[in-house]
Amino acid sequence: MTTLTLQGLRKVYPNGTEAVRGVDLEILDGELTVFVGPSGCGKSTLLRMIAGLEEISSGDLLLDGARINDVEPAHRDVAMVFQNYALYPHMTVRRNMSYALQNRKVPKTEIERRVLEAAKMLQLEEFLERKPAQLSGGQRQRVAMGRAIVREPKLFLFDEPLSNLDAQLRAQMRVDIRKLQRQLKVTSIFVTHDQIEAMTVGDRLAVLNNGELEQIGTPMQVYSQPASEFVASFIGSPRINLVDGEVKSGVLSFDGFEVPGFTDISDQPVRAGIRPEDLLVGTSGTKLQVDLVEELGSDELLYCESPSGQDYRIRRPGGSGHRSGEAIDVSVQKEKIHLFHKSSKKRIN
Amino acid sequence: MKRVTFSHSPIPYLFVLPQIAIIAVFFLWPSAEAIRLSFFLEDPWGLSNEFVWFENYQTIFEDPEYVGTLIATLIFSLSVTFLSLGLAMLLAVQVDGLLRGGGTYRPLITWAYAIAPAVAGLVARFLFSPQIGPIYAWLNPEGQPPWFEPNLDSIDAWVVVTSGAVWRQVSVNFIYLLAGLQSIPRAVLEASRIDNPSGLGRFWSVTFPLLAPTLFFLMVINFSYAFFETFAIIDTVFPFGPPSGAASLVYKVYVDGFKGADLGGSSAQSVVLMLFVLALTVVQFRYLEKKIHY
Amino acid sequence: MRVFWKRHQLLNHLLLLLGVAFLALPLWLVFASSTHDPGTLIREGMQLGFGGKFQETYYGVLTEKKGFTEQVTAATMMLNSLILGLGFALGKIVVSMTAAYAIVYFRFPLGGALFWVIFTTLLLPLEVRIIPSYKVVADLGMLNSYSGLIIPLIASATGTFYFRQFFRSVPDELLEAAKLDGAGPWKFFIDILLPLSRTMMAALFIIMFVVGWNQYLWPLLMTTDESYNTIVLGIKSVMQNIDGNRLPEYNRGFALAILALVPPVCIVVFFQRWFIKGLLESDK
Repeated sequence: MTTLTLQGLRKVYPNGTEAVRGVDLEILDGELTVFVGPSGCGKSTLLRMIAGLEEISSGDLLLDGARINDVEPAHRDVAMVFQNYALYPHMTVRRNMSYALQNRKVPKTEIERRVLEAAKMLQLEEFLERKPAQLSGGQRQRVAMGRAIVREPKLFLFDEPLSNLDAQLRAQMRVDIRKLQRQLKVTSIFVTHDQIEAMTVGDRLAVLNNGELEQIGTPMQVYSQPASEFVASFIGSPRINLVDGEVKSGVLSFDGFEVPGFTDISDQPVRAGIRPEDLLVGTSGTKLQVDLVEELGSDELLYCESPSGQDYRIRRPGGSGHRSGEAIDVSVQKEKIHLFHKSSKKRIN
Repeated sequence: MKRVTFSHSPIPYLFVLPQIAIIAVFFLWPSAEAIRLSFFLEDPWGLSNEFVWFENYQTIFEDPEYVGTLIATLIFSLSVTFLSLGLAMLLAVQVDGLLRGGGTYRPLITWAYAIAPAVAGLVARFLFSPQIGPIYAWLNPEGQPPWFEPNLDSIDAWVVVTSGAVWRQVSVNFIYLLAGLQSIPRAVLEASRIDNPSGLGRFWSVTFPLLAPTLFFLMVINFSYAFFETFAIIDTVFPFGPPSGAASLVYKVYVDGFKGADLGGSSAQSVVLMLFVLALTVVQFRYLEKKIHY
Repeated sequence: MRVFWKRHQLLNHLLLLLGVAFLALPLWLVFASSTHDPGTLIREGMQLGFGGKFQETYYGVLTEKKGFTEQVTAATMMLNSLILGLGFALGKIVVSMTAAYAIVYFRFPLGGALFWVIFTTLLLPLEVRIIPSYKVVADLGMLNSYSGLIIPLIASATGTFYFRQFFRSVPDELLEAAKLDGAGPWKFFIDILLPLSRTMMAALFIIMFVVGWNQYLWPLLMTTDESYNTIVLGIKSVMQNIDGNRLPEYNRGFALAILALVPPVCIVVFFQRWFIKGLLESDK
């Protein structure tokens, strides 16, 4: 049972930059939580604060209820997989994996057992006596994971471990990591800037922007109920359509669209968000002009424009046969619209 | 060799000529002369030359003064190497480990590279001078018979020379060691912070092995420096000659050859020194070759 | 408490300050002592504080003729050092660059052999061949001349290896593009390679200047005429006078040492980045 609690964590650098601005979060036992966000949002900094590699400026970090702000990294019982693997270049694979255990005076037989077990799990048996320089990128990545697994720690930390792999390998390793984590049931935190990776790997996603936590939830929650405009546009590909509009007397109007039924929303200017698959092409509705068609096989993407010049992305089933220059009728259901406050960007409905 | 080159041009010959010419005249010829002279015995008036095979070599190795100088030079070189490397390592590790302010310390230490060995010798000489030296005064307190006499005792003399040499060398080693330390990937060091709670343990099992190539290189450089290039220090610490037993091999070559006019013996000593350099260079290149194959 | 020490890294700073003092203090003593009169020095030893005779001593050292033959001023000696340093650095760069260019960019029959010849110079530093080198220079009538002072020192291969390594790192595509543009070997060298090498040249120049300025053994051997003394040599002749007769003029000796030190130190400090870059590249 391992729970990690972040209370108001802040990180301020000596030159005044605030990388993390008060994050509150609870990481649940056995779960794989993903910290996702664009470059510079503070996700790596937060991970490093949890590892002990970065000093916490203020706030509390609790591991199983105990405050570990000032505990040395080696004493926190966490294991980390680095973006560039950080394998010890002068040690063999075997030594790389046993090093941490040797420093904790774990008996030799136990070390041997764990190393062999991990090597088997990761298919590294034949590489045990090699040095990192003699391995491929994917193999090094597995050694980095093996190094974390043998520690049998309370917490697994992954710092963008797949960024340096080619696309095919990345997709494969995503699945492997997920399976491994489920098998070992270790509480894990995975940092990535790739939202697709986040959606496929995580039990829960923590979406970060500019040092703040925008939303925490399951992939489906974050996708279908984005808590802010940022989350809505960051998660989901192709990007969500966002338009300025206003609610008056319960009716939402934006860019030629009129959607009734928003009686519980007070009159105000809003930002309306509609996912590409939620814009329905039919026989009636608002007229849009198709500028470009992308045929992906499984989907057909339409890049459209409204009379006022607003751009829209619409997803249709593959082979729908739309053509550039065509005029289409588009409508949308009230339930599928996400409304955001104009200035605070937070969800209203 | 470059994949793409120029051919059919007189330019390479022209371009290479200056260096080859200088080497031929001022390097190959003198070295050949040194080897040649080492096989001859000249009489004091330079009137006749007698070919004596290896007699000169035999003489110097049977001369206890030469052997003593050889051993003293070896010990001196090793001390300078380890002391200056040790001190430099200590300082480099401190600077590398600083979160802030490392940049200010670097110029404060690297400037010392510019100190000429001759100046180092002068400084050492006067710091230990019986007349005005503060270190001499500190070691030999008033009212008691002096026990540290660099002008009389050869070991004390070596201490002074060693101090000057180490003082000067620390800066050079520092530059290389700091560069070596900073070339270790940060992520590897962070991983070791997670794997090993002991700072000293991390240093010995991760930092030190990764620094090994730089260290080896520096050991050869330092040893060469101490063995061959400290003429300046000895000559400035002891402008009228060091107490007996405190000369280095190079100094002896100079004294015997110039002052003593023993060309044969001095040349033989030079050749022996050449062989030493050869050995050192071979060792260094063998090691480099091994590294490249990794 | 432990967190306080760690956070402020006081121990590290302490060690570093001790190290800086270790390097600087002896020179400070020399400098401060140079501003006192000899009498004070003899009575009380070397000084930490200033003695007010700065102008007098340094002006005197720079303008009065001293030495065995009473012919040279420190100013003259500094000039000689400057000529040696500049000549050596420039000479080394020109000779090494051209030789390295020939070796790297040309395939010619003697190329391999000549490379090894140049390589052998690494094996034999000057100290090991001083006597015969002296003889050669004497026979050529080059004693007591600037050329005799500078040229024999240029023989060693370190500069050539330095440029060789740099040239090898220049992409082949550059040469191919130049050939297509009709550039011959000379034009390629002048128009393309030379500008690319500017930083390397500057870095090597700085190091070689310091090395040249600090030379001791070779100038000692081949300048019997005191007017050719470099300032580094001047130290020795002053000190020989010190232990000889009259009142030992320690302050003058110290002033000379400081004068010998200031130019190279200034260059190393002001051009620190280039200097360090050159040092790290040149000894691989």
